[in-house]
Amino acid sequence: MRYLDRSGFEALLLLLADRGYEVIGPTVRDGAIVLDRIDGIDDLPRGIREIHEPGSYRLEQAGDDRFFAWAHGPDAGKRFLFPARETVMTGRREAEGGLDLRPEPIPEVRYAFVGLRSCDLHAIEIQDRVFLNADPAYRARRENAVFIGVNCEVPGATCFCTSMGTGPRCSMGFDLALTELEDGGFTAEAGTDVGEELLRALGAAPAGQEQAAASFAATSRAVEAMGRELDTSDLPALLYRNREHPRWDDVASRCLTCTNCTMVCPTCFCHDLTDEISLDGLRAARTREWASCFSEEFSHMSFGEVRSSPRSRYRQWLTHKFASWIDQFGTSGCVGCGRCVTWCPVGIDVTEEIAAIRAADGEVRLADEVTT
Amino acid sequence: MSVTLERDGWIAGTPTYAATVDAVEPVAADTYTYWATLDDPAARAAFRFEPGQISMVGVFGVGEVPISVSSDPEAPERLAHTIRICGRVTHVIDRLRPGDRITLRGPFGRPWPVEEARGGDLVIVAGGLGLAPLRSALYRALHQPGSFRRVIVVVGARDPSQMLFRDELEAWIRSGPDELSVHLTVDVADDGWPHAEGLVTTAFPRAELDPAASTVFMCGPEIMMRFAMRDLAAMGIPDERLWLTLERNMHCAVKLCGHCQLGPWFVCADGPIFRWDQVKELLEVDEL
Repeated sequence: MRYLDRSGFEALLLLLADRGYEVIGPTVRDGAIVLDRIDGIDDLPRGIREIHEPGSYRLEQAGDDRFFAWAHGPDAGKRFLFPARETVMTGRREAEGGLDLRPEPIPEVRYAFVGLRSCDLHAIEIQDRVFLNADPAYRARRENAVFIGVNCEVPGATCFCTSMGTGPRCSMGFDLALTELEDGGFTAEAGTDVGEELLRALGAAPAGQEQAAASFAATSRAVEAMGRELDTSDLPALLYRNREHPRWDDVASRCLTCTNCTMVCPTCFCHDLTDEISLDGLRAARTREWASCFSEEFSHMSFGEVRSSPRSRYRQWLTHKFASWIDQFGTSGCVGCGRCVTWCPVGIDVTEEIAAIRAADGEVRLADEVTT
Repeated sequence: MSVTLERDGWIAGTPTYAATVDAVEPVAADTYTYWATLDDPAARAAFRFEPGQISMVGVFGVGEVPISVSSDPEAPERLAHTIRICGRVTHVIDRLRPGDRITLRGPFGRPWPVEEARGGDLVIVAGGLGLAPLRSALYRALHQPGSFRRVIVVVGARDPSQMLFRDELEAWIRSGPDELSVHLTVDVADDGWPHAEGLVTTAFPRAELDPAASTVFMCGPEIMMRFAMRDLAAMGIPDERLWLTLERNMHCAVKLCGHCQLGPWFVCADGPIFRWDQVKELLEVDEL
């Protein structure tokens, strides 16, 4: 473990920019901490605290100099590695009627992510299992990026990463993992050769015993302060055997199917491919755009929608996230970041929904409750 | 007319080919077979597919639909896709004429396990449009005379106008190979219908199925398949020898877009052909 004082941390941001990276870090915009290009420490959310509740997210100014004393806003790395809207192919109709179809060039962008949390790093590893071998554009962005994680000290009231085994201390997926200390400096642990080299270039001194202890104490405080918990024991089987549980009707009576949870989820990968054509009919483009299993058209077929009821769509999302994801990719689709709880406009809490199913395991809705 | 063939850069590494339609054949009400060849000679020469696999058939600037290849896998240089005109993209496909361009991606998905039926009876059960994805399996079987004790084809349709490939089926009834038997039935017959009337399941006794030796490939509306599979299982055909194909909304066909999920399965890649025991419980759940 090494130590960077405040100016060493500032130098890290400049060093990354110097090396040609586009530095992506937290900054305050529109009343939220978002991820965007940052030019230095002045763009970071200084002294900001977050208040997370189901259906509620507020910022407060604490008046101190802390940069990272909050959990996370709605953004994660997904927005950059798997953009919300991206052209994947263009085409031109030639004079004799033939089609000239061309894939989009491989992106050359080099991101340096600063301030991702352990949950966010785990989410990227989960999306890797979907896209890394299948999508060259994702792979290029992913492999060209450098990841500077910052350990979480102040989790939100909706966070449950400890239940999902994904945090709060960075355990994988980082080049450097930092911990912000009370004195304004950071402990720094390298996870890769790239991270080691950055620390060497910055001349980072070894962390002292007190600094190392303070670093671990910060993430221990995060464990203590974790806002929520989820019993994951036997979770896939629990959900699979409760497909007709009355709780699905109950949650569907509250769910607006607005898709917010899937948009803020750092692992949701579903998308549409949409073709558009120019007015003269000669040029066309195929766009990949985030989609949501909460929208009615998501499961559209010639005979209608496979999942026409909100009940079936909520069941699909939650069961995919916590159960079938494991069958498909060997990992849960949930990292416990709690964004879906915070950003749900009616405050639906996945931990509460799953607990309710567990509490009445095996209950089956009555025929007269059928709401389809 | 050039199509770039390098794999990197295409979505999920699957190239999109331009192809030219050279014939449009009506095969049932609102249903046509579109014959097409890939424009790029190298791509055309290299293209292979297995029975039951699907293509993403596209119209430039309009979109793509997942359609199984309905022609003979031994003749992959000219491809047939049998399409019912029923949605946004297929209504544009309806306007295609010979010489028009389409796009093709594929082939995708797990094929019919034709080899598993060798030595016994291959039983093909189709309802409605269901014969389209089964036709390639039938061709594959008929190319291997003597490999199957019997090839039994049972086809049901709502009425005679909905019977796909009726001419071809009736030609087989008249003069097909000895091991091939074809049983046609419609839910509602008209005066000119010379075959049976009744749901597809009512044709099973006439087909004289041998449960101990049958391997079944089935395609049709899900409700039909659930009842037909139940009947066949009740006759004593084990789940391991009952196969069916499913369809779901698909955008990518390569396990990325998420639209086609059915429980743990991505229908595009884990299917579209499934063994009955992989999906029977899932199909019992409404709106899964």
